[in-house]
Amino acid sequence: MEYTFESDEIENKISFIEKMAGRMREQALKMAYSVGSIGSHIGGGLSMIEIMATLYGGILRFDPDNPEWDNRDRFILSKGHGVLAYYTALAEAGFFSTDELLKFEVSGEFLPGHPILNMEKGIECSTGSLGMGLPFGAGIALAGKMEKKPYLTYVLVGDGECDEGSIWEAAMFASHYHLSNLIVIVDHNKLQYDGPCCDVMNLDNFKAKWESFGWEVTEVDGHNIRDLYHAFSCCTQSAIVKPHVIIASTIKGKGVSFMENNKAWHHSVLSRKQYDQAIEEIRGANND
Amino acid sequence: MTNSNLLNIRFISKLGQRGAFAISMEEIAAQDDEIVVLTADLTTLTGLTRFKEKFPEKLINTGIAEQNMVGVAAGMAKEGKNVFVTTYSNFLAMRSYEQIRVQLGYMKSNVKVIGTGSGLAMGMSGNTHYGIEDLTLMRAIPNVMVVSPADGLETVKVIKSAARYQGPMYVRLSGGMKNPIVYNEDYEYEFGKAIQLKNGRDIAIIATGTMVYESLKAAEILHEKGVSASVINMHTIKPLDTAIINDVCLHSNLIVTVEEHSVIGGLGGAVAECLSEIANTPRQVKIGIHDAFQRVGDYQYLLEENNLTGPQIADRIISEYSNDGKNMHEIDGPDTV
Repeated sequence: MEYTFESDEIENKISFIEKMAGRMREQALKMAYSVGSIGSHIGGGLSMIEIMATLYGGILRFDPDNPEWDNRDRFILSKGHGVLAYYTALAEAGFFSTDELLKFEVSGEFLPGHPILNMEKGIECSTGSLGMGLPFGAGIALAGKMEKKPYLTYVLVGDGECDEGSIWEAAMFASHYHLSNLIVIVDHNKLQYDGPCCDVMNLDNFKAKWESFGWEVTEVDGHNIRDLYHAFSCCTQSAIVKPHVIIASTIKGKGVSFMENNKAWHHSVLSRKQYDQAIEEIRGANND
Repeated sequence: MTNSNLLNIRFISKLGQRGAFAISMEEIAAQDDEIVVLTADLTTLTGLTRFKEKFPEKLINTGIAEQNMVGVAAGMAKEGKNVFVTTYSNFLAMRSYEQIRVQLGYMKSNVKVIGTGSGLAMGMSGNTHYGIEDLTLMRAIPNVMVVSPADGLETVKVIKSAARYQGPMYVRLSGGMKNPIVYNEDYEYEFGKAIQLKNGRDIAIIATGTMVYESLKAAEILHEKGVSASVINMHTIKPLDTAIINDVCLHSNLIVTVEEHSVIGGLGGAVAECLSEIANTPRQVKIGIHDAFQRVGDYQYLLEENNLTGPQIADRIISEYSNDGKNMHEIDGPDTV
């Protein structure tokens, strides 16, 4: 991507989001370590930190003091196991305090391993079973169109999640009904539970698949906040009639050397030593 | 009851439950701006052609994609729409089962799931199209109300009440065209409150859906043979009317459940679960569809194969009742209705 002009305002925003992403990644590691031996979905949480920071730090319109504000943008986490990035983003956005993040995977608390509908805390949908968030988001977007509401609906899906047939049912539906107010982000980290997506279920011609289903496609480096910010800004400003998918190329376990591109960290337990090393690496990267 | 209303009731019943649903939706949509009906390529076969002509913007066709249809329905309900989704009951109850569980039950979405052609109504289409496990499946999902109307008029009442109800609901529409009429005149309907259609001294027949009519016929035959049977229309399977079951336990020697549904887990299962918690209950006989894939045939053939016609139900009850050592006795006077 090339940009000819950046206003101070946008530069400030990008800088703000970058700092937010740094805090979120460190917080996510703290949460993952806090749950002890039950472990958590670390790899796919760390791959989507920048996406979530960009959305909640600069793109989405919302009001944590009025979580059911009618014109808020709707966000659905279809890959429900991506909660480390989701909960940290919601805390950064002010829906609850960062102290409450330590309620993660605590019995009876509101932050389980997959999100539960909780409007007060900014959570629009219960997810966990894959392939369901996109149809739900399409329904929200269609209702918005029918009522001529100004909100946009964003749905984050995983690339492994795109094995589910319901994703493509919804992809057909969204273009058929011209849901230009629907924006999908694919966290394309190229690894699913059993291994590389290309070995488990090949996603070849991924961009072409979405295009052939009638979607406007943007490919972007999912860890580059500047690129993400501009990709999202284009979606919100364009006058196109198609639904829009941003295929964000990411690295599973991003930011921690021993986790990156390692399928063992899809869901795993952090030892004290590993946690210390992970924090050190993340702080080092944040200070660069 | 005026003549015109009576004619109306007869007309509605001739449309079958599916037709009654479609007519009700037209009436509701004319009054409620938030109504939306979703179909999975079955606009015509679920009787919605006229609805589509009258309210094109309120009919959303998702194509043959039931899982997506339920998800879209949940999303629209979240935005305040009063959503009905409909296709054949088996495709909803089974193919979209998890979507109904997570996106409707778990989130208490205001979506009414209307399963048409359930039971054996799909006749020659074969087992892929029979909806004979839907009650078992739907009633296992928390928060989902499960309803099975007895005839056309009751379908109208159920659909109109459903439009006013907030929350997820499964409505089982069964039978073909020209449904037998159970209700010849208007009556009070309330979810969860069973209707006693006939009082009897010896046996309580608890039926649902199309089998309410067949059970009334069976009760007439029993009456001629000296056995006095109550007939209860258990139109709501969940929440079950446990008060009426408690009551019939006090007054019956035998409890019989009758449904056009598998004998496993449906009305019979629900009643058995209820009885298991009551001390000294009468024995229960479960009449329903055998636990087997069916030899394909037309609707009447399938009912007879499963012993679900009025005379067959009466025969089975007499046989079971005799086995219990009960004697047929002369009835002193007519049963009360």
